[in-house]
Amino acid sequence: MSGQTDMVLVDKKGMRIDGRKADEHRPVHIEAGVLSNADGSAYLEIGKNKVLAAVYGPRECHPRHLQDPTKAIIQCKYNMQAFSVSDRKRPGPDRRSVEISKIIAEALEKVVLTELYPRASIDVYIEILQANAGTRCAGLTAASVALADAGIPMRDIVPAVAAGKADGHVLLDLNKEEDNFGQADVPLAIVPSTDEIVLLQMDGNMTREEFDKAIDLAFGACHEIYEKQKTALKERYAVTKEDEEDE
Amino acid sequence: MSEHVVSEIKRDHIMKLLKDGRREDGRGVDDIRKISIDAGCVESADGSARVKLGRTEVIAGVKIMPGTPFPDTPNSGVLTMGAELIPMAHSTFESGPPGEDAIELARVVDRGIRESGMVDVKQLCIKEGEEVWMCFVDMYALDYDGNLFDAANIAAVSALRSAVIPAEQYGRGENKPLPVTCTPVSVTSVKIGNDLILDPNFDEEMISSARLTVTTDDEGNFRAMQKGGRGSITRDELSLCLDRAVEKGKAIREIIG
Repeated sequence: MSGQTDMVLVDKKGMRIDGRKADEHRPVHIEAGVLSNADGSAYLEIGKNKVLAAVYGPRECHPRHLQDPTKAIIQCKYNMQAFSVSDRKRPGPDRRSVEISKIIAEALEKVVLTELYPRASIDVYIEILQANAGTRCAGLTAASVALADAGIPMRDIVPAVAAGKADGHVLLDLNKEEDNFGQADVPLAIVPSTDEIVLLQMDGNMTREEFDKAIDLAFGACHEIYEKQKTALKERYAVTKEDEEDE
Repeated sequence: MSEHVVSEIKRDHIMKLLKDGRREDGRGVDDIRKISIDAGCVESADGSARVKLGRTEVIAGVKIMPGTPFPDTPNSGVLTMGAELIPMAHSTFESGPPGEDAIELARVVDRGIRESGMVDVKQLCIKEGEEVWMCFVDMYALDYDGNLFDAANIAAVSALRSAVIPAEQYGRGENKPLPVTCTPVSVTSVKIGNDLILDPNFDEEMISSARLTVTTDDEGNFRAMQKGGRGSITRDELSLCLDRAVEKGKAIREIIG
């Protein structure tokens, strides 16, 4: 968030540089069950972001001292691939990815019925193939679908999206330019059935009014993305009449 | 940090008290503990502060030295923050490289300070594209009784406010105070059952389900937030946290001076 720029990111008609209105998110495409080895997986695109999520488990927890005798633990690894950004990213975990992994795991713990699998570990791997702002939300959205694809009992699926402020306007789902030259970023994830917040971060500069507006936009978009998540799972598992006749 | 177990009887006791809006140490739900700040306590540092928030204690030190700017910000100084949860501070802290709790702590404090523009990095340029002042803030937990986020924020902010650029030491002219523009203050709430309390102590933090840290600037605008913990918060609870962050942030800002 550099905050200071003369760059025009929203034109006089309220149109953004990629042709969206303030309250529009980028096109979302989600596919469930895209990898063969993982117990569950999902591929997600939102705008120019491309993300893969895979789930292994519940399985034996390693290292063993992390085991919880009352429930499964969720271990998440968020990783940006070296070629996912314009300058090559040095491979391996950095402080940013450690923090993101932690908050994504915490957000998922709210919905996964971890109490069913004492001592086990549910491992969530998120790989960012291409990044264009909003990768933590894209990763969490994909990870939720991958968990459901793995057949892990959950209270609900978690959708996530960011809202923010750029060029003085409160905008939904910032793209890279809006994120880099904007004034604020607010990633949000919710449990749609109860509207509880499970992930929330903010950086930049916002008044209370702007922040409330951003949260409103993000809540609305989370519910839209939730529908896409459900559709992806239905497409994976729905049995059509022709399928049944084939058998 | 999560390995520690709070006994059932203690948990029940804390929750029973909270039903009447009371807490073990006699505070109300939105009271913060006593803050004491010892700024400039380490002479070998270019800025320092040792902060007590109740029984939680954090020391922060600033070191400033000339270095090469990042290519994309050739005329801005560099601000770097780190935190360590050393074994001295609590039986559950282990030695070794910073774990995820320490990394999150450092990054949340960093975000509030960076996004508020507290340190005017533009004034830290020595020669554009070649040399700038690099400002390192290192925070160490010394005694842990909950809410390291706010204690570390106060320590880092106080240390930066007391910092002097050691120009003479490096033959770069006269020493001058580090240019600071405002005082970002974080206020952390945790959720226990359906209650929200400010500035949790260790036991309260251990039995809480969710945490929200909100950093405001001098104008009461929001500069950084971080939700943590496995639980969730509702929009009404979020709203309450924001109101309290503005109100209590103002009070803490006055204590920082």
